[in-house]
Amino acid sequence: MDSAVLELAGLRKSFGALKATDDVSLTLRPGEIHALIGPNGAGKTTLMAQISGGLRPDAGVIRFRGQDVTGLSVAQRARLGLGRSFQISSLIPEYSARRNVMLALQAREGHPYRFLWPVRRDRGLTEPARAILDRVGLGPRASVPAGELAHGERRLLEIAMALALEPACFLLDEPMAGMGTEGVGRLIAFLRELKAQAPILLVEHDMDAVFALADRVSVLVYGRIIASGTVAEIRANPEVRRAYLGDEETTA
Amino acid sequence: MAEMRREYILNAVIVAALFAVPLWALMAGEPFIITLATRVALLALAAVGLNIALGLGGMVSFGHALYFGIGGYAAGILAHHAFSGTPVAFGIPGTNQMLVIWAVAMGLSGLVALAVGALSLRTSGIFFIMITLAFAQMGFFFTLSWPAYGGEDGLPIFVRNQFPGVNTMLPWELFLLSFAVLLAALGLFAVLRAARFGAALMAIRQNPDRAAAVGISPFGVKLTAFVISGMLTGLAGAMMADLTRFTSPAMMAWTMSGELIVIILLGGVGRLCGPVVGAAILVGFETLFGGWTEHWQLWLGLVLLGAVLFARGGVIGLLAGREGHG
Ligand SMILES: Nc1ncnc2c1ncn2[C@@H]1O[C@H](COP(=O)(O)OP(=O)(O)O)[C@@H](O)[C@H]1O
Ligand SMILES: [Mg+2]
Repeated sequence: MDSAVLELAGLRKSFGALKATDDVSLTLRPGEIHALIGPNGAGKTTLMAQISGGLRPDAGVIRFRGQDVTGLSVAQRARLGLGRSFQISSLIPEYSARRNVMLALQAREGHPYRFLWPVRRDRGLTEPARAILDRVGLGPRASVPAGELAHGERRLLEIAMALALEPACFLLDEPMAGMGTEGVGRLIAFLRELKAQAPILLVEHDMDAVFALADRVSVLVYGRIIASGTVAEIRANPEVRRAYLGDEETTA
Repeated sequence: MAEMRREYILNAVIVAALFAVPLWALMAGEPFIITLATRVALLALAAVGLNIALGLGGMVSFGHALYFGIGGYAAGILAHHAFSGTPVAFGIPGTNQMLVIWAVAMGLSGLVALAVGALSLRTSGIFFIMITLAFAQMGFFFTLSWPAYGGEDGLPIFVRNQFPGVNTMLPWELFLLSFAVLLAALGLFAVLRAARFGAALMAIRQNPDRAAAVGISPFGVKLTAFVISGMLTGLAGAMMADLTRFTSPAMMAWTMSGELIVIILLGGVGRLCGPVVGAAILVGFETLFGGWTEHWQLWLGLVLLGAVLFARGGVIGLLAGREGHG
C-alpha cells in the first residue's frame, strides 16, 4: 500500500453538545478518489473545514504528506498543496474568470508582496491561465466577471482554480450540486481524469456520481464513520443500507 | 474595454484641470485660487492614502485623521524647534527642510498605522470602524492636552519650511510641489493596484476566505496596505500644515476622518482619480457655501446622499462606468 497523502487520526469537533465530528480517522491514497457520503447534517462540511484549516479540531491530528498540519492556517495549508474547492461557489466576483485563475497561479508561485510588475502583462500568469481555462472548457468565457457566470460555469471555475494551484490533493465539497445532468456527466469524466494528477477527497450527494467515480467510500452519520470500503462493499453493507441508503429490499 | 479607455481619458482631463485652473489663476493674478487648488491637491493626497486601505482593501478606517494629524504635528514641531533653536528631544534638532519633515512624518505615521492595524485588522465591519475611530480620538485628546505644543490653540509655523530649488513662499511654486507629490502618489496607487500585491489585496476585499484558500494570508497583505495608506495620509498632513502654516488638534478630529471618507465616496471608491474629484467638490462646497451659511456641510451631506444612492461609483463611476479588472 502506498503511504497516504492525507491522513486523519482521531478527529473530534463539537458545537456545544453536538458532536459534529466524532473520532474520525481516514486516509487518502495517491491516485484514488475517496468519497465521503452521509445524510444532511452528518458533518461532512465540518470535516472538510477542519482539513482545509478553517476550523480547528478539538482533538486529533491531520497529517498531509507526512507533516502534521493541524496547527497551520488555511493559507499555509494551501501553500503546502492542499487544494480546496467550496461547497458554495466562492470566487472573486468582480474579477474575470481569467483573473480568478491568475490569482491562484500567483499564489502558487509564492508571496504576494510584489509591488511593481503589472499582472496583466505577466506572461507567467496569463498564458497558463488561458491553458487551464481551455482545459475545463471555460476558454470562451475568460473575460466574464465571475459574478456573472452561470452556476455550472462557476463550478468549473472553482475546479480551474484548484487545478492552477497544482495541489497534492483535491478537497471537493459537492462539486455536482445544482448542475444539470449534462454538466454532471461532463464533470464525472473530468474528475476521472483529474485523479491521475492528484487524489481527490470528494463529498457528494449524487449517488450515481459517487458510485461511478469512487475507489473507496466512507459513510458519515452523526459525525461518525460507520463504514468504509469499496463501492461494492458499501452497497452491500446492511448497516449503511439501514442508516443511509434506505433499504429497498426490506421495505419491499 | 471601452469603459477602461473612458476612465483613462477622464483621469487625464481631471489631472489637467487641476493643473490648468491654478495656472490660469497665476496669470489672472488670483493667488487665492492657487491656494485653493493646493488645498485640493493635498486633501486628494490624503484621500489617495485612504483609498489604498478603503478602496482597494475594503478597510473602512474611520481614523485616518490620526495619520493626517501626526504628519501635521511632525511638520509643526520640527519647524517650531528649528525656529527657536531648541532641540526636539535628546539633543535632536528641529528642521525646516521639507524632505526631512516628510520622512519623519511618513515614518511616524507608518509606525502608528502598523500598531493600529496590528490591533484592529482582525476585526471587520462596524468593529473595525469603531476601533480605528477610537485610536484617532486618543490622538486627538492627546494633542488637545499637550501644552508644550499649543494644546487646543494649536501650533503655528511662522516661516514656511523649505524644499531644495523651490521658493515655497510663492503660492504657485508650492502648488507645483504639491501637485508633483500628488502625481507621484497617484502613480504609486496605480502601480500597486496593477501588481500582484494589488491583485491579492482586492481579492481579499471581495472574498477573504477564497484568498486564503489559494494560499494568500489576508492579514499580512491588509496590514502592509494599511501602513502604506497611513504613510501617504501622514505625508499629506505634513504638507497641509505647511500650506496653512498651522497645526492643531482639529487635524485629528473625527470630522477630518469623515471628510476623507466623504471625498472617496464622492469621487468613487477605489478609483484612481476619485480622491481628486472628491477633494475638488469638497473644497468647492466649503468655499462657495462656507461664506454665507454655516450649514454648508448639510448641503454637502445631501450631495453625498445622492452620490451613495444614485451613483454608487461616485462621480468617476457616473462618467466612466463600472470598473474593469480585465
Ligand atoms: N459553526 C457551527 N456552529 C454550530 N453548529 C454547526 C456549525 N457548523 C455546522 N454545525 C452543525 O454541525 C452539523 C454538521 O453540519 P455540516 O458539516 O454542514 O453537515 P453536512 O455538510 O454533512 O451536511 C449540523 O448539525 C450543523 O447544524
Ligand atoms: Mg455540507
